[in-house]
Amino acid sequence: MAYSQKVMDHFANPRNVGEMKEYSGVGEVGNPKCGDIMRMYIKVEGDTITDVSFMTFGCGAAIATSSMATEMIKGKTIADALKLTNKAVMEALDGLPPVKVHCSVLAEQAIKAAVADYYTRQGIDPTPFVGVLTDCDHCACEA
Amino acid sequence: MSRRVYADNAATTAVSPQVLEAMLPFYTDIYGNPSSLYGLGQEAKAKLEEARETVAQCLGAKPQEIFFTSCGSESDNWAIKGCARAQLKKHGKNHIITSAFEHHAVLHTCQALEKEGFTVTYLPVHKDGLVRPQEVEAAITDKTALVTIMYANNEIGTIQPIPEIGKICRDHGVPFHTDAVQAIGNVPINVKEQDIDLLSLSGHKLHAPKGVGALYVRLGVQLQNLMDGGAQERGKRAGTENLAQIAGLAAAMKEACSTIEERVARLTPMRDKLIDGLLKIERSRLNGDREHRLPGNVHFCFQGVEGESLLLMLDMQGISASSGSACTSGSLDPSHVLLAIGLPHGVAHGSLRLSFGDYNTMEDIDYLLEVIPPIIERLRAMSPLWDSIKTGKVNYDPYM
Repeated sequence: MAYSQKVMDHFANPRNVGEMKEYSGVGEVGNPKCGDIMRMYIKVEGDTITDVSFMTFGCGAAIATSSMATEMIKGKTIADALKLTNKAVMEALDGLPPVKVHCSVLAEQAIKAAVADYYTRQGIDPTPFVGVLTDCDHCACEA
Repeated sequence: MSRRVYADNAATTAVSPQVLEAMLPFYTDIYGNPSSLYGLGQEAKAKLEEARETVAQCLGAKPQEIFFTSCGSESDNWAIKGCARAQLKKHGKNHIITSAFEHHAVLHTCQALEKEGFTVTYLPVHKDGLVRPQEVEAAITDKTALVTIMYANNEIGTIQPIPEIGKICRDHGVPFHTDAVQAIGNVPINVKEQDIDLLSLSGHKLHAPKGVGALYVRLGVQLQNLMDGGAQERGKRAGTENLAQIAGLAAAMKEACSTIEERVARLTPMRDKLIDGLLKIERSRLNGDREHRLPGNVHFCFQGVEGESLLLMLDMQGISASSGSACTSGSLDPSHVLLAIGLPHGVAHGSLRLSFGDYNTMEDIDYLLEVIPPIIERLRAMSPLWDSIKTGKVNYDPYM
């Protein structure tokens, strides 16, 4: 398991980590059976994600991708945040080992889940914006 | 980094200075091929037989019952495939009994034999990580070709009731193999007194180098060859003998087996102090029976924590350890050993194995007890699973 220096940096010094008490939306993806769960909190003002934080149960890559993803959407519009792909997160981390690619997918999904929750709280159907969320893309297991 | 602690002796060990010294002459000085007739070859041959005798003595076996191999996995493959195929050919027996938590060298070998048409019974392992001898006996049929049960588990360190299982197999006339890779040097082993027919061992767990092992085969037990070729090892295992490593193995075995009492007396208080200290962490669990346990094995699960991130944080503090989490195994499932003792996936992912040997000290234990609790706390502080456990949304209590 060879992680890049950037992955190790985000693992050892995760950005935007911790519970957010007052948030506009929160999403959780993954499950304990698979060994990774990500929870993403966002604070939205107007169209902009003004604050974001995460909590992650998972491996080094799961923590690092969560951390990197929060950095990449902080201060962005919701529309831009929804455009963030797992590939972009991986590239920003100078790559991930092949078996860890699913962690970056989880990070992308966690953002979408948080935005979906935000829309739902606003009384707006999130499906046209975020599509159908796949909770755990890399396996067919149940919690 | 204030200290380095190697706490992964169950994975491998450093070659000891005495072992290295025992090996060196064979690279440059006594380099002859033991199969050659001239003096240099015969000198090598004599050293080879000396090593065989040393290993035999450590096990209470006869020298002609010891065969050198390349590793523990080869010994397991040879013992199981060789014995099962011989039993099938000679007696039409096609049934193997093993346990659910064997090393992959045994489990995958049994699975390979299933593809050849053998039937395999995988005995359940109880919550304490122990196989029940009466369940072995109940599984034996008139078609049983082999029973293979490990001496001590490589992950949770539980020591199996091998003499009892050996006796049962002997009474039923069924060959009995044990993978003793983790047990050598930690448990007194006598193959005659303990009714063992086949025993696998490996050098690199005992301060010998990687790439050498041995298989004990009781006289009279039929074994098909795995490696065909020259007449080495009495025509049963071809390939020019790796004499330097064999000499290293013999030196390591001699040291390991003559100092079992001291090792157990030294490691047990270290192990117990660490276990008691880690049990103070909320929702932590010792895996495997506490009494029937290798003196250097500590194996825990910490709820709400994932094993790989725990290992990475320990590594940053200079500590080398291992985990049975899926992320460290390269598959999606956590360790088959932890699932076999009934742990749910979510808990099994948060496992930590710390294994100690001759080079560890009580200061290492103190350092681990200083470093581990804050790491667990830090990982739990960012863990949504821990949050769900604390708020009662996820409950693993029945298992803990």
